Amino acid sequence: MSGLPLLTILIAIPLVAGLVALFLNANGARWLALAATLIDLALGAYLWIAYDPSGAQWQFVEHMPVAGSISWALGIDGIALVLIQLTTFLMPICIGASWRAIEKRVPEYMAAFLLMEALMLGVFAAQDLFLFYIFFEGGLIPMYLIIGIWGGAERIKASYKFFLYTLLGSVLMLIAMLYMVGAAHTTSIPSLMAFNFPVDAQKWLFLAFLASFAVKLPMWPVHTWLPDAHVQAPTAGSVILAGVLLKLGGYGFIRFSLPMFPDGSHQFVPLMFVLSGIAVVYTSLVALVQRDMKKLIAYSSVAHMGFVTFGLFAMNRQGIEGAMIVMLSHGLVSGALFLCVGVVYDRLHTREIDRYGGLADNMPGYALLFMVFTMASVGLPGTSGFVGEFLSSVGTYHASTWAAIAATTGIILGAAYMLWLYWRICFGTQRHKDAAAMPDLSTREWWLLAPIALAVFWMGIYPESFIRPIRGDVGRLLVRIERVAPQGDSQLTPGPGVPRAAHGATQ
Amino acid sequence: MIARLAPLLPELMLSIGATILMIVAAFAGRRGSAWVSWLSVALLIAATFALIGAPSHAGPVFDGIVTADLFGAFGKAIIFPSAAIAIIAAHGWFERGAEHASEYAVLILFSAVGMSVMVSATSLISLYVGLELVSLASYVLAAYRPTDERSAEAGLKYFVLGALASGILLYGISLLYGFTGTASFAGLAAAFGRGAPSLGLLFGLVFVLAGLAFKASVVPFHMWTPDVYEGAPTPVTAFFASAPKAAAVLLATRVCLEALGPATDAWRQIVIFAALASIFLGAIAAYGQTNIKRLLAYSSINNVGFALIGLAAAGPRGASSVLFYMAVYIVMTLGAFLCVLWMRDEKGRPVESIESLSGLSQTRPAFAAALAIFMFSLAGVPPLFGFWPKLLVFNAAVASGYVALAVAGILGTVIGAYYYLKIVKVMYMDEPAAPYARVRQPIQGALILIAALAVSPLGYLLIGPLGSITDKAAESIF
Repeated sequence: MSGLPLLTILIAIPLVAGLVALFLNANGARWLALAATLIDLALGAYLWIAYDPSGAQWQFVEHMPVAGSISWALGIDGIALVLIQLTTFLMPICIGASWRAIEKRVPEYMAAFLLMEALMLGVFAAQDLFLFYIFFEGGLIPMYLIIGIWGGAERIKASYKFFLYTLLGSVLMLIAMLYMVGAAHTTSIPSLMAFNFPVDAQKWLFLAFLASFAVKLPMWPVHTWLPDAHVQAPTAGSVILAGVLLKLGGYGFIRFSLPMFPDGSHQFVPLMFVLSGIAVVYTSLVALVQRDMKKLIAYSSVAHMGFVTFGLFAMNRQGIEGAMIVMLSHGLVSGALFLCVGVVYDRLHTREIDRYGGLADNMPGYALLFMVFTMASVGLPGTSGFVGEFLSSVGTYHASTWAAIAATTGIILGAAYMLWLYWRICFGTQRHKDAAAMPDLSTREWWLLAPIALAVFWMGIYPESFIRPIRGDVGRLLVRIERVAPQGDSQLTPGPGVPRAAHGATQ
Repeated sequence: MIARLAPLLPELMLSIGATILMIVAAFAGRRGSAWVSWLSVALLIAATFALIGAPSHAGPVFDGIVTADLFGAFGKAIIFPSAAIAIIAAHGWFERGAEHASEYAVLILFSAVGMSVMVSATSLISLYVGLELVSLASYVLAAYRPTDERSAEAGLKYFVLGALASGILLYGISLLYGFTGTASFAGLAAAFGRGAPSLGLLFGLVFVLAGLAFKASVVPFHMWTPDVYEGAPTPVTAFFASAPKAAAVLLATRVCLEALGPATDAWRQIVIFAALASIFLGAIAAYGQTNIKRLLAYSSINNVGFALIGLAAAGPRGASSVLFYMAVYIVMTLGAFLCVLWMRDEKGRPVESIESLSGLSQTRPAFAAALAIFMFSLAGVPPLFGFWPKLLVFNAAVASGYVALAVAGILGTVIGAYYYLKIVKVMYMDEPAAPYARVRQPIQGALILIAALAVSPLGYLLIGPLGSITDKAAESIF
């Protein structure tokens, strides 16, 4: 490993580029943003190659005490690594998606996005509790501005709702963090992950963290900010919201709730299963009746996040690895679906499903890619969605058959709303002249969507590339939570032994 | 004799300097106002540097009437510069009319002397004298624009209510003195330490706290704040919101922890109530405001509430968090008010409506960015530095076992965030309104820039030095 502080550089590049972008003209800001995000992508790829899955738990560690109880401590394990990959991969695509769609106040827009990337990378890399919180909450400001300035007609309400909802969730976590630091006398996340808090306190700590992560993820019933935020945000904003911001909740559960409060988690497994089950089934049904494409995909996000919480709180290997893959896959697929919506929105300026139809005739390339992502969202084998949902369902089945029934119902409903959406948009007769006259994907749009499609297939056909870095860390997590994992009702029960002769075996 | 006076060097410099400047100003008339102002600023800066040495550690002076300790020195180190900034802020603001007389700077100097007596007082008498010196100067300052009806009204309102509060405070002081026979903080602490306080002592304690709460504009004694802040000339409002407020909070901290330390259980519930009431009233009442000065008035009520959470936590950690909070609060508030001073229509007249900020980010991006930084910082949203002092006060509360108080307080930050967001929304998301006139004031501009950088994430680099100073300063009163 080189002596360079790679993670700091990874965070600093978009930060500095964002500040510089403010002083450039529109085109300069676009190119600078693209260049900065591509450099980060390359750095991210280097991290992936340089990361040693069989090596130490925390790699690329940096530590610089700032003062008092906060230090600039960075370091990643496999779980953070893959989420950093996801972020750096989606960012250039977001910049590309905004290339023509955003025309007013471009430098500020690019600056907000780059700041966003720096903060998100910081969340995944932070090893200090307060540093984590600062990055975690800091992301609210650029996203508030992105929704509020460049959003749709109802953008103001959506931006307020997003900001205040998530802030309200997070502040309780801060109090819990203060308590934890007081009890454990350290702010280092790795040390806290090994610290045993009193069992009574764990319950409250878990609930405080749940308040924050449930809103971020989002879980039913605190998901209501998400459809508003998604619908009003510009396309790239929705991509980053679905692709990365929602992953903060799942990451929080893996990094904090499970390892730090195993007993607290154990107590709330039934609650988590019930909420996840409602999320999967109820929001799928809600998605089924949406008329707005973005809203439909937003509700499907909530349903997919239900698989994440199912998998995580099954507390077994398949469940947790499945939850991670669902997060990665959902980041790619829902991001791509929002881009697909953006493609037609840029042409017709409406998201009403009824205004489209028969696009397969005039936009064959679009129909092809849209189908790939629809299938991935449904969870067709060969795509990333299958791997995640399958593993997570297997894990859930080991923990509880009833939960598994709810989860698998969601898969069926997911197929229903996604296929129906695809049918209404791409197949059928061309009812509207303007929709029928839309040109197919431009070269730029191919460049945005094709890489995601490739990644979706890669994750679907050879998921090992993505599971390998996290395997060791999931193992370490399991060691910590094994004793409290829910004992499922689906264990094989060996029957009474039968003598060999009785079943007709011969000598 | 010289050695005995050395610990009071800053106060002596300011009092003598202010007296001389007053005489000079009387003869120089309006022509002298500019250089009297600059001399006052120089005097305040010199007084700040004079804090190094004896004034920060000499201990009790004049038989314990006042003391020269690090706590007081820290208070003066934030009070003098903010008084200087209040003078600089007024410089460009008043000058257009014929109303900017030299007395403005002199009044602020006297007020600074009063505040430095307040933060170093260790006797009820010096406490009262310091407080009255500040108040008398403040009444005049609030009514400083005779041409403006609102200013006169603000001055009168402040005077009547302030006099009432002084009366309450004095009554409390007389009760404490009558029941203990001493006016010194050490004597009071000893009296309170002798077991459960008598009814008379309790009454005295409540009255003294009520008087101090008025000066710090803490709910339920905050009623004067929005009116006075709105009516007073903006530079004066900037001054009221910063230095005197910090002085009052620091004084309350010293009284509670040093004089009433053994009676912590008696005052803690009062402080908790005042803290939460201030946080929530400050947050909720600001919703409907259309005048930015009124809004900042409620914001200051809200912020003092957070500082009081640190006081309710008590102990060195709590005191340290109060000092840290007030230091950062002053920077944020002065920065925000310096921005408000730049709000002028094309003809150069001051504008105070929040509406006029519409679309400021498109007409004046740097100005809007600075104000947005102050707003997010006042709201306590990370990664801005305003988050850290909030974290410290909540940390102190949690460490003392007051988790419910911390939870209630932090929920208040979410309610408060709404109106800070509203200003950002108006500046960034609304269509541009008539642009402001460009103001050519490089010094004010530089001050805004410094304040904005200090509360930006770069501020976290200050945690180390500032934290160790506030810790030591807090230790010095225990």
